[in-house]
Amino acid sequence: MSEKSTLVVSKIKHGTVIDHIPAGKAMNILSVLGIRGEKGDRIAIIMNVESEKLGKKDIIKIEGKWLEPRDFDVISLIAPSATVNIVENFEVVKKYKVSLPDRVEGLLKCPNMTCITNERNESIKTKFKVLSRDPLKLQCEYCGTIIYKDDIVKLTNYLKK
Amino acid sequence: MINKDFYNQDVISIQQFTREDLETLFEYADRAKKHKDKKLELLKDKVVMLAFFEPSTRTRFSFEVAAKRLGADVVGFSGEEGTSISKGENFTDTIRMLDSYSNLIVIRHKLEGAAKYASEIAENPVINAGDGKQHHPTQAMIDLYTIREIFGTIDELTYAVVGDLRYGRASTSFIYGLLIYNPKKLYLVSPPNLGAREEVISYLKEKGVAFEEIRNLEEIIDEIDVLYTIRLQKERFPDITEYEKAKGSYKITLDLLKNAKKGLKIMHPLPKLDEIDKEIDSTEYAAYFQQAKNGVPVRMALLSLIFGVEL
Ligand SMILES: [Zn+2]
Repeated sequence: MSEKSTLVVSKIKHGTVIDHIPAGKAMNILSVLGIRGEKGDRIAIIMNVESEKLGKKDIIKIEGKWLEPRDFDVISLIAPSATVNIVENFEVVKKYKVSLPDRVEGLLKCPNMTCITNERNESIKTKFKVLSRDPLKLQCEYCGTIIYKDDIVKLTNYLKK
Repeated sequence: MINKDFYNQDVISIQQFTREDLETLFEYADRAKKHKDKKLELLKDKVVMLAFFEPSTRTRFSFEVAAKRLGADVVGFSGEEGTSISKGENFTDTIRMLDSYSNLIVIRHKLEGAAKYASEIAENPVINAGDGKQHHPTQAMIDLYTIREIFGTIDELTYAVVGDLRYGRASTSFIYGLLIYNPKKLYLVSPPNLGAREEVISYLKEKGVAFEEIRNLEEIIDEIDVLYTIRLQKERFPDITEYEKAKGSYKITLDLLKNAKKGLKIMHPLPKLDEIDKEIDSTEYAAYFQQAKNGVPVRMALLSLIFGVEL
């Protein structure tokens, strides 16, 4: 983390820091992770701070919560540049760079209403093949529908986990 | 991905196949034709399940005849009434049940992806006989086989696929099928709101085939070797006004064919309504009766290969 951003919000004791989020995407990340702060989580959102790599970036700090690999996949859909730092006793003990898998399973809803994965009474896990990473382009393996980066936030059904 | 060895494989999309696979299939279909009027006993211990969740006549009957010619027992249903789905059983459990009663399921369903999903549930092979607007791989096999029979080749011909390319699964599978070969050019002719879906266009671009989306069939009628037309399927239109607008917009008439290239063949994969003038039926242009007749031998070929019996 750069010096400048640490000036904005103090360090957390135990928890997760998601760094190098493209500017303006922090709220989307929280939304797809299903973190809304209503369970009393202490969350700091820092938006549009200077970044050497990205020009501007967002940072999220979550006290008392450790993200898991599955969470990294969903973050990678929105912020492929993100890094996840696990903090214990004010120290970063683990640092991960998220990466988009070749196939995204069970994280997104298919926008095609006549896709078998949208059939009520069934619990069919969606599968999307990554056709292109930049720009992000995915294809439903069941119905062939193509979705783009901009659709992804509204198609995430991660909250249902 | 099938690579010549069809044994125990699912058939979900024509895109699974290579040229070599289709060559094998077509050889088998040629052989099946020679067994015409004979009942074989190759599959006499097999049960083929025809699970037509969406009603159909032509495809269902031709599968039924193909399976019976090979000596299999055939059971099944058409439409959801009478199945346990109408009693509220879910699709997953229905497929499990059908799978346990049979050696192969032929499935038609109104939803895209239904056959692929069924193939993940079922232990036995699944053949997609049409899923929503998406795939109809066995129809594409019949179409390609017919073209090969007429022209001796599928490559280097100019094709026009005409009509509703958005909701038409036969036309979609036909386009995918052509991409296994090297067509000279492919025209996609449709009203603007019924153009090929994004994933189809994307696939055409990926394969690098010469194609053009146009509105007017007359412009290119002197250029094409194969004119592939389909009936508009009312039931697949989410908006009925779209259907009304498109209806009758691509009627094939003798007048239109005045400028046709010599040797032009017209194909039509479905029972036709009024898309093609009746007078055309008795002309050299009509290939659709031959195409329909190829349904049984091609499906016999496919079933033999999947069950691993020599025709
Ligand atoms: Zn889908």
